[in-house]
Parts: sequence; structure tokens; C-alpha cells
Amino acid sequence: MNKRWLLLIPLVVFFVLLGFFLVGLDRDPRELPSTLIGKPAPAFTLPDLNAPEKMVSAQDFHGQVWLLNVWASWCVSCRAEHAVLVEFAKTNEVTIVGLNYKDKPTDAKTWLRQYGNPYAASPMDSDGRVGIDYGVYGAPETFLIDKNGVIQYKQIGPISEEALSETLIPKIRELKQR
Amino acid sequence: MKRIFLACVMGLCCWSGMALADNAVPTDTDPVAQKRAMALAAKLRCLVCQNQSIADSEADLASDLRRQVREQIAAGKTDEQIIKFMTDRYGDFVLYEPPVKATTVLLWIGPLLLLVAGATGMVFLLRGRGKEQEGVPALTPDEQARAEALLEGRTLPFPSGKGRK
Repeated sequence: MNKRWLLLIPLVVFFVLLGFFLVGLDRDPRELPSTLIGKPAPAFTLPDLNAPEKMVSAQDFHGQVWLLNVWASWCVSCRAEHAVLVEFAKTNEVTIVGLNYKDKPTDAKTWLRQYGNPYAASPMDSDGRVGIDYGVYGAPETFLIDKNGVIQYKQIGPISEEALSETLIPKIRELKQR
Repeated sequence: MKRIFLACVMGLCCWSGMALADNAVPTDTDPVAQKRAMALAAKLRCLVCQNQSIADSEADLASDLRRQVREQIAAGKTDEQIIKFMTDRYGDFVLYEPPVKATTVLLWIGPLLLLVAGATGMVFLLRGRGKEQEGVPALTPDEQARAEALLEGRTLPFPSGKGRK
């Protein structure tokens, strides 16, 4: 019969499914799209790790492009990205603020002494409330915030050298020129 | 033996599930608020261990989110306001039951579409079969007789049904 081609349908369906699964293999289910992109960075006012009498707020960085890096001394992958951040901070390309997420101040200070301090300020989010406002579900996470205080990009997971040079730096330069 | 083992495993699973759920019991003494907090926590996904609700999860973030739920209930927020608080920060992914909207409509009606497609396919297939049989020209009396003879002849090697399986 001329309806032989109908027999091919299961095969076609199979390959379509196979395609979906193959794409799915390469995707990281932990990378969730942030709902905060394009929205104003949530406000916070928190004591600074290195000077607890001083308060740091998101408003302090209004008018400039800045990175909010969520880190903690207990976070293993933060260590991986820390060296990249320390090197990057030396270029003075952008202000890096380190949101010290659910950490003990003594541990956090020791960590910065040991591995270097790339942060212009380290607001302490001891109980993780600011983290929740930023939709943080696992350190490290990094938010790129523009001059108007709007979140433009979110990096989930450690910043690798490639992520920095291929994604973050071009975005930072573009935002600075706006 | 196997059954006993299985029963033990299942029992353990239930028990540990209950033990974990215990963690989500709010500290406040109002039983209505407790019930609401539990129900909300069961609806919200833990983002660290993505296949558990924040009621089931022992992750740090889950307990922080449970605290948020309790505090907001205590502050007099409605369930809708609390759900919105969560989705504003974590997106629809935080909900176990995604809302019906343009991007999720396929998710919701997909199974129904597949069912309809399958049923339609089935109907066409069966109809087609019926037509094929109708399309076969009727036998002439002569052909009919030959066919009957052939059919009888085929049963001959098995006299009185012996040897047939």
C-alpha cells in the first residue's frame, strides 16, 4: 500500500525524542533562569565584614557598574573562582562586592586573609535573607548590575576564566558605555 | 523472605519521610497557621535538591524558606502573597504545580493532545482495515467451493484433531 510511509512515524518520533534527550544531557538542571534579570537589584543594608560598624547598602554603588558576588568560606566552588576574582580585581575593571552568605565572620575573614580579598566591600548576610531576596540557591552566584541598579546578568556557579573573558568582561564594558 | 525485606525497606522509607516532614513543623503554637505553613512548604520546591519540597528537604536553604513561610504567615500574609514572594525570587520553578500560561500550556495539555492523537490514529487504522476487507471482491460460487476444499484439505493431515496444539 502507499501508506507504507506511516510505518516510519515511530522511527521519526524516536529520533525526535533522541534529539531532545541529547540536548538535555548537555544542560545543567541546576542552572535556573533568574527572574530578576532586568529588574532592580533588591535593596539591602548590611554590616561590612571587615568593619562591622560600617553599613553597606546596594544604594552605595548606584551610578556605577558593579558585580555582586555571593560567596562563603564553606562553599567549595567559591574557592575555585576566588583566584579568578582576585586576579580580575587587580585590573580595576569593575567594583566587586562580596555578599558573604550565611557565613561565620571569623571563618570569612580568615579565608580573605588566606586567599586574597577582591572585594570593595563584603556585606554580611548572616541569616541568608538578602540571599533569598536575590533568589540565591547556591553559592557562588554573581550578579552584574548596571548604573541604574538594574540586574543585567547572573552567573550561576563559579566564574571560570573563560566565563570571565568571554561573557562577563564584554558585558561589563558594554554596560559601562551605556 | 524477599517480601519481608521489601516491607522493611518500604517501612523505613515511610518512617524517614515522616521524620523529615517533622522538621517542617512550625514553631508557633497556632494549629491553623501550622497547617497552612505545612501545606505551603509541601507546594514549594527546594532549589538545592530539586526533587524535594521545602517541607521534605533538610537543605539549609529549605529551612530558610520554611522560616520565611512561617514569618509571613505570622505577619498576616495570604497564601497567594507568600507564593508570589517565592516566584518573584525563584521563578515558577519553585512551584511543584506550574501555573497555566503560554509557556506551560503544552505541559498541561500535552498528555491530552497525545491521547487524542493516539485515539485518532487508532480510529483511522481500524477504519482502514475495515475498508481493505470490503475492497476484496466477493468470491464466485466456484471460488467459494475451491476455497472450502482447500481449507478442509489443510485440516486433513491432522485426523480427528490429534496432534494439533
